[in-house]
Amino acid sequence: MTGSSDWVPAGIDVNRPSAARVYDYFLGGAHNFAVDRALAQQIAAMTPNIGETMRSNRVFLRRAVRYLVEHGVRQFLDIGSGIPTAGNVHEIALAAAPDAAVVYVDIDPVAVEHSRAILSGVDRAGVICADVRDVDRVLGEAGRLGLLDFSRPVAVLLAGVLHFVPDSDEPAATVAALREAMAPGSYLLVSHATADGQPSEVVEAQRLSGRTATEIVLRTREQIAVYFEGFSLVDPGLVFIPLWRPDPVDPADEHPEQVGAYAGVGRKD
Amino acid sequence: MGSQGGLTDFAACWRRLVAHEGFVPMDLGGLDALLGRLTDRLAEAARAEAFDPGAAGAVGSALVGAHLTEPAVLAATVSLIGTHLAAAAGAAPDRIVAIQAAVAAGYAAAIRDATMAEQELLGRSVLSAHASAERALRSSEARLRAVFHGAAIGIGVSTMDGRIVQVNQAFADLLGYTAEEMCSLVVPQLSHPEDPPEMWKMYEALISGVQDHVRMEKAYYRKDGAVVWTDLTASLIRDEAGAPEFTIAMVQDITDRRRLKRRLEYQATHDPLTGLPNRTMVGDQLERIFDTGDPDARVGLCYLDLDGFKRVNDTLGHQVGDELLVAVAQRLRTCAAGLGQLAGRMSGDEFVLLVEQSRGPAELTALAEKTLAVLAEPYQLGQHRMRVSASIGVVESNVRTTSPAELMKAADLTLYVAKSEGRSRFVMYDADRNARQAARYELAAALPDALDRNEFSLVYQPLVGLADQRLTGVEALLRWQHPVLGELTPDSFITLAEETGIILPLGRWVLEQACGQAAEWARCFPRSPVSVSVNITVSQAHEPTLPAEVESILARTGLDPSLLVLELTESAIMDTNGPLQALASLAERGIRIAIDDFGTGYSNFAYLRRLPVHTLKLAGPFVDGLRDPAGGDSVDELIVETIIRLAHAIGISVTAEAVETRLQADRLRALGCDTGQGWLFARPMLPARVADLLRDGTVS
Repeated sequence: MTGSSDWVPAGIDVNRPSAARVYDYFLGGAHNFAVDRALAQQIAAMTPNIGETMRSNRVFLRRAVRYLVEHGVRQFLDIGSGIPTAGNVHEIALAAAPDAAVVYVDIDPVAVEHSRAILSGVDRAGVICADVRDVDRVLGEAGRLGLLDFSRPVAVLLAGVLHFVPDSDEPAATVAALREAMAPGSYLLVSHATADGQPSEVVEAQRLSGRTATEIVLRTREQIAVYFEGFSLVDPGLVFIPLWRPDPVDPADEHPEQVGAYAGVGRKD
Repeated sequence: MGSQGGLTDFAACWRRLVAHEGFVPMDLGGLDALLGRLTDRLAEAARAEAFDPGAAGAVGSALVGAHLTEPAVLAATVSLIGTHLAAAAGAAPDRIVAIQAAVAAGYAAAIRDATMAEQELLGRSVLSAHASAERALRSSEARLRAVFHGAAIGIGVSTMDGRIVQVNQAFADLLGYTAEEMCSLVVPQLSHPEDPPEMWKMYEALISGVQDHVRMEKAYYRKDGAVVWTDLTASLIRDEAGAPEFTIAMVQDITDRRRLKRRLEYQATHDPLTGLPNRTMVGDQLERIFDTGDPDARVGLCYLDLDGFKRVNDTLGHQVGDELLVAVAQRLRTCAAGLGQLAGRMSGDEFVLLVEQSRGPAELTALAEKTLAVLAEPYQLGQHRMRVSASIGVVESNVRTTSPAELMKAADLTLYVAKSEGRSRFVMYDADRNARQAARYELAAALPDALDRNEFSLVYQPLVGLADQRLTGVEALLRWQHPVLGELTPDSFITLAEETGIILPLGRWVLEQACGQAAEWARCFPRSPVSVSVNITVSQAHEPTLPAEVESILARTGLDPSLLVLELTESAIMDTNGPLQALASLAERGIRIAIDDFGTGYSNFAYLRRLPVHTLKLAGPFVDGLRDPAGGDSVDELIVETIIRLAHAIGISVTAEAVETRLQADRLRALGCDTGQGWLFARPMLPARVADLLRDGTVS
């Protein structure tokens, strides 16, 4: 039964903070409990930039999805989608291309149920409950929804999720398996927390995050670049999040490293 | 009174403040459009004749609707209205305050609604996640139940105090109960007399948590009393704290497999014809008896062989032979029906009776006597009525002083003795005799190597003309310089050499040596030609290659054929299937043929006449009869005289062996005997001594 949570889904324990709900709180949502907010405030106290990091991750996702739609992508697999509060991938994608299709994947059953409620009446989007580490199951379940065709180009979004996978679970192998399954012309999107250019309190925040279901692993640019092996990074490559194709009307960010996260989009040629 | 330009500035300023204050889930264009629209709404509210708090409130709720939910956004908005809207839209201060209040109220109401909606949605999500989990759990349970009930393998769950709480249909069917009936049982009720003693110890280890799995072959009684054999695996299931909670037993019916295994084992250990234990099983039993660890234990063995069984097979056919073996086996089974007794078939017509915990040799001899008597009763096989006797070698011993292999060997050797002592009898093992027999075997085994290691040599005993004391020839005699036993004469090993077949290379070696030696003497002493006599055994004489071999040896050594005498025994030469043709061809080449030990066999003169024989060697006992100084007219003397006369009559010369006294020599000479050989003249000697004699010409 290893490698499959087919029998019983992951436990539901609302007494423990959930990464998805903490994220929602940072994005101004109310889909969270006191325990989530308490952790969010603790983290925020340690790392004043954390809210900015999470918001800029969201902003990056919006810009990147638009970019992908402009480059012809119509299928999106958003792994680790969390609780899509506002500015969701399906809203952005469907607004830009009504024929787009989106499948959300999350390990948190509450987040999945929430997504299911949000998506009721949206026939171009679906959600499954799965662990990113179980690639076969992710692809299998996603395929069974009938929304995605993996023989055609697809954008796989790993926004703020791989840093929840410890090294011992071999995230590089997981991503490699995903890359392997993608058709030529597909895109891979990754944003990932890093300690590069970060003050030491980030380490403390990381320790605190251990109170959520999973600990955050900060990785270097080099380690994150491995996830794109064999893919061509589109401009501007793997950069601190605010530097990834910023809106021209936005004021330039003088300290992009302060968000403590890299972002990049790669293409399978 | 306000202007469009003022409103545009208001909207731009508002956007800067909002973008600075929090997460904006839209791009700047979208934000601009939104705030532009809301600025217009505010301007309308400011300019309206009658103030509509609802219209101003809608601006606040629109901000929340666009997910601009940071409290700082509201603060910035209210401030901006207070500081800039009056100028931008041209409104009275009290109207501005009213707008601020309405926007704040609209914002708060919308935030409250959104928060409640989101919280409710979250709550519902949690509930439905639980429900999904429950569903998955239920279907997983249902699947497990299906696996449990539908499994072909029997599965049972019991508590730590041994109560059976759940069994599947397969388990219930296997034991012939209903599942409910089985659940009223406790584990110990499923015991079976064939449960190995360690089984319940293993069960104890399992329920005490020492061991997590045990596996064994176990028998169960079915409800109907029949026995079913299973391959049982029992596993301990622990609770979350790791404490033993219950045990799961999985059983697979192996009754048929076990029966097959039993049958294969039976076939491997029993003789298919008679059904008796076979050699393998007898060997296993012996090993077991010797392994019991009791140093005072005694064991007995009768090794039995039917007399003349081959003749039964040859004359009546194998089917009758087989029937006889079956009948014999049946009788043996009754003979060895006692406790600790076992009858087995070793091979062909060889059987054993094995006695465990023998009470002494008397028990074994009694058993052997009884067995001989039982086997001697007539057999009625179809229309054939026959009697068969048996020979038995009996061994009885303390297990400490021997081994299974030695015991078996001793019994086998003793059987051989019983056979050679005339069959239809038993012989008790005799350690001395056995040692002699064993020594013989050892000697036989050493023969081939002895030839390779040059342990053989030849000595020569002179043959002397009785009339003139001149040396006429020598007889080559074989000696074996045994590394341990010292010098051995042919009596002690020629029979063994015949039995083992080594006689052929050995005989060839002797012939070659003797011929070589004689040829050398002939070259050195051309004026004193001396023949060499070489003994040829029966099997050598039967070898078709003998003439060619002799021929090539003569050629190699250069010996004049007339100087070679081949000595054969009477029986070898008289054998009607014998080597007459070969001997004739050898004789034609000028080689002389002598009959050794003449007078001990048929001594058929009529036949002798037709044989290519040149010399008779009188057997020792006749010569011995001439020793007595007083016996001038003894029968022996008469016989010797007659033999000599008859031999001479058909042109055959006579040599007397074993001449030891002057009297014998004188009498033999008087009777006309041609040549003498014996200690009186010379003992067997080394070749160098022979050369000395040749130099002298006579034997003193």
